[in-house]
Amino acid sequence: MSFKKGIRFDFWSFVTVLSMVFFGMFLVVPVGRMVIFAFQGKEDVGFTLENFVKFFSRAYYRKALFNSLKVVLLATILVIAIGVPLAYVTTAFKIRGKRVIDILIIISMLSPPFIGAYSWILMLGRNGVITNFVKDVFGWKMPDIYGFTGILLVFTLKLFPYIYMYTKGALKKMDASLGEAAESLGYHGIRKVLGISLPLIAPTVLAGATIVFLRAFADYGTPRLIGEGYSTMPVIIYQEWVSETGNNAYFASAVALIMMLVAAVVFLLQQRISGRKNYSMSLLNPPKPKQLKGVSNFLAHGLVYLVALLATLPQIYIVCISFRNTKGVMWAEGYGFGNYLTVFSKSGASITNTFKFSLIAIVIVVVMGTLFAYLTVRRKNIFSKVLDVFIMFPYVIPGTIFGLILLMSYNSGPIVLGGTVAILIIAYVVRRMPYTVRSSAAILRQISPSIDEASASLGYGAVSTFFYVTMPVMIPGIVSGAILSWITIINELSSTLMLYTSKTTTMSVAIFQEINRGGYGTAAALSTILTVTMVASLLLFFKLTKSEDIDL
Amino acid sequence: MAVEIHIKNTMKKYEDNIVIKDLSVTINEGELFTLLGPSGCGKTTLLRMIAGFNSVEHGTIAFDRTVINDIPVHKRNFGMVFQNYAIFPNMTVYRNIEYGLKNKHLAKTEIAKRVEEIMETVQITPFRDRYPDKLSGGQQQRVALARAIAVRPQVLLMDEPLSNLDAKLRLEMREAIREIQKKIGITTVYVTHDQEEALAISDRIAIMNKGDIQQIEIPENIYSRPYNTFVADFIGHSNRLEAVVEAAGEMVKLKMETGAVVEMKGLKPLKQGCRVLVYVRPEEFVLCPEGKGMKGKVLVKQFLGKYINYLMDLGTGAPVEISMDTNSVERICKPGESVWVSVNTDRINIFDIDTEVTLMRGVENHVL
Repeated sequence: MSFKKGIRFDFWSFVTVLSMVFFGMFLVVPVGRMVIFAFQGKEDVGFTLENFVKFFSRAYYRKALFNSLKVVLLATILVIAIGVPLAYVTTAFKIRGKRVIDILIIISMLSPPFIGAYSWILMLGRNGVITNFVKDVFGWKMPDIYGFTGILLVFTLKLFPYIYMYTKGALKKMDASLGEAAESLGYHGIRKVLGISLPLIAPTVLAGATIVFLRAFADYGTPRLIGEGYSTMPVIIYQEWVSETGNNAYFASAVALIMMLVAAVVFLLQQRISGRKNYSMSLLNPPKPKQLKGVSNFLAHGLVYLVALLATLPQIYIVCISFRNTKGVMWAEGYGFGNYLTVFSKSGASITNTFKFSLIAIVIVVVMGTLFAYLTVRRKNIFSKVLDVFIMFPYVIPGTIFGLILLMSYNSGPIVLGGTVAILIIAYVVRRMPYTVRSSAAILRQISPSIDEASASLGYGAVSTFFYVTMPVMIPGIVSGAILSWITIINELSSTLMLYTSKTTTMSVAIFQEINRGGYGTAAALSTILTVTMVASLLLFFKLTKSEDIDL
Repeated sequence: MAVEIHIKNTMKKYEDNIVIKDLSVTINEGELFTLLGPSGCGKTTLLRMIAGFNSVEHGTIAFDRTVINDIPVHKRNFGMVFQNYAIFPNMTVYRNIEYGLKNKHLAKTEIAKRVEEIMETVQITPFRDRYPDKLSGGQQQRVALARAIAVRPQVLLMDEPLSNLDAKLRLEMREAIREIQKKIGITTVYVTHDQEEALAISDRIAIMNKGDIQQIEIPENIYSRPYNTFVADFIGHSNRLEAVVEAAGEMVKLKMETGAVVEMKGLKPLKQGCRVLVYVRPEEFVLCPEGKGMKGKVLVKQFLGKYINYLMDLGTGAPVEISMDTNSVERICKPGESVWVSVNTDRINIFDIDTEVTLMRGVENHVL
């Protein structure tokens, strides 16, 4: 970087300023405010540790932290135990209908966990279909699904796809000759897998496990719906902020800060470990799935189908039940479109809102995400490094917290955004842009900067070079990031819950409200609409990009 | 159209690391000027300074009289061929070549005519509608060249353009580049680390080392009369021997380490008794009748068809490499055999033992 004769102010300096202002306003200021609040008391006495003292001195709060860590860690372990073998089986052996199974698993991964929780309640809850069936037919009592077990069940089935996708990606990139070399040296079967395959995919599994940990740790909807008395950190924060007894922004900030610190530690730990253990491999000889025979073939198929079924069961059940007639909050006999009619007349606005907000957000995400990706890869300077950090930040800020601190920062003062559409869109953009930036940046790193230079040598300035040459080449990366951003935006619940008003209700919020007031039929209908939108988006993506996978 | 490039006292530092130190050179109109040197010598840095991808903080670079230091890249009017070709992957061959022209406010028919013409020149017309991923390395190379010269730039810059091609194609493209460059007569700066390529293609060569130019010369002279031992070592291979000046004057007598005495002309004035370096290329040895010259013992014999190479112990410590033309030897010596050799005094080079600069009369480095 050279600072000679003043800095040339070009297009990219403008984008740099834009990025700094945007993240400054909507990330640094809110987080800063949260940190300040965390060290303030209700009476505004200046710096104090009373919030932290309160948190750690009361068993109720300590329990929540312990609960969170316990269920999240166990879920992460279970998720690895399911995801890694599943990925191994599907890449090493021929499985019929693998493509369909992959799509099902992606769908279950991308659908919001709280819908899964809700569906499991309908199946296994106190009055669930399976519970009742088992009771009526066998006279057995099913184990209690509420609390710890339920959260663990939902987290595991919702989040194993992350590990599955990550591991599958790593296994696919592992040269087949590595396995052959191991066999030539006398390593066979399970010893080969443990000795060669596992160590090589370990960094990837670790990265996936970190994402799982962070997602589960941040999830508010699931413990709120199925947890009942089992309170976790996000639930506490929401209660402290929203409930009538609570409404303590200072204490909520302190709890949020504790949560963010835990998340940051986990995240940094992973970065350190995988930074040290990053193997580079050349892929000359891609792995080919083998055809299994007899019992092992049967077992492999059985395992894959069972896991895929369990993962998609909640979704399928919701779709089925959405056609069941209801009477008020009660189920009624027969099937029809009654729930959908109710939804369109009563919650129609939430559907249009979702599409309106998401479309605006995704346009901003794509435009800014692409430009920011370019900055972080091609304009290396102090600002682009800072930008890189900003882009990673949303991974460690749970949605509820982000909604909360955004609201705290712009509820009063010179810029008031509380209750507006703008604040929702800002939340979506900040939280979901990382997918687009990361995937656009990844593709840009593979493109030699000399094509930019070639364009400049042919007389094109920075802006035209970007639009004529660089951006067109980045498109595959932009699109595959944007699909993740898009789906996670239309599903967004946790920060929306903090920021919506009756006029800006979205589908996910409407579903959440319906579940809470017992409108199971309408909730199911809305969930189905959301699922269909998601599936349609995914299929369109697969068709446009001719790919069979999404990159996480 | 072609210009002269004047580089005056330029310097490039990255923090404390000096990459180019106070370098001055003039590149003549229409010549193919090569920057040759080992990796890290600063040749690519200098090329990228001319292009504008690297800034020029000290000194000036000018096209004719226009100093271009502060002219942004896209206004400098040069064409560049990159090491990895940098063909735009989202455009066909035709679009790639057309790209630069579209920016020049030319009539559509004019653009089309020029693209056709240039595709003909570099012989890629049959591939006009292909995307780069469907082209071979050589074809991509041709597209890159076509794209660079289509805009009729003042200067053509080439950054190791042949290093990614296989040996056969490299020879073919070398000829093609040379031919096209002469045909359009464009001032060209060519960067390479391949000495053979540089010797074959260049009008003049600048040998660079550690950010400095060691010598600027036409290929023949660079090879036969290197200015210092760095150039001599870099171009081809030389045996490094030592000798003492036994008798100074017009005809100098050098007493070699082996005890043999060599008489030669054309040296700068030397003092009797001073020590010098004698650089002898393998092919500059000649066989002698027994008892004359230096006695050597064959250690290794390597038959290469056209040549025979020997590693010989002349009693100078390190083994000496000697190369004979197969056609000119009567028989092939075996390892262990003793032979008598002398040196071709018209061809060998003598260097000062301290400065390692040539002691041959009339040899200059031509560095400004």
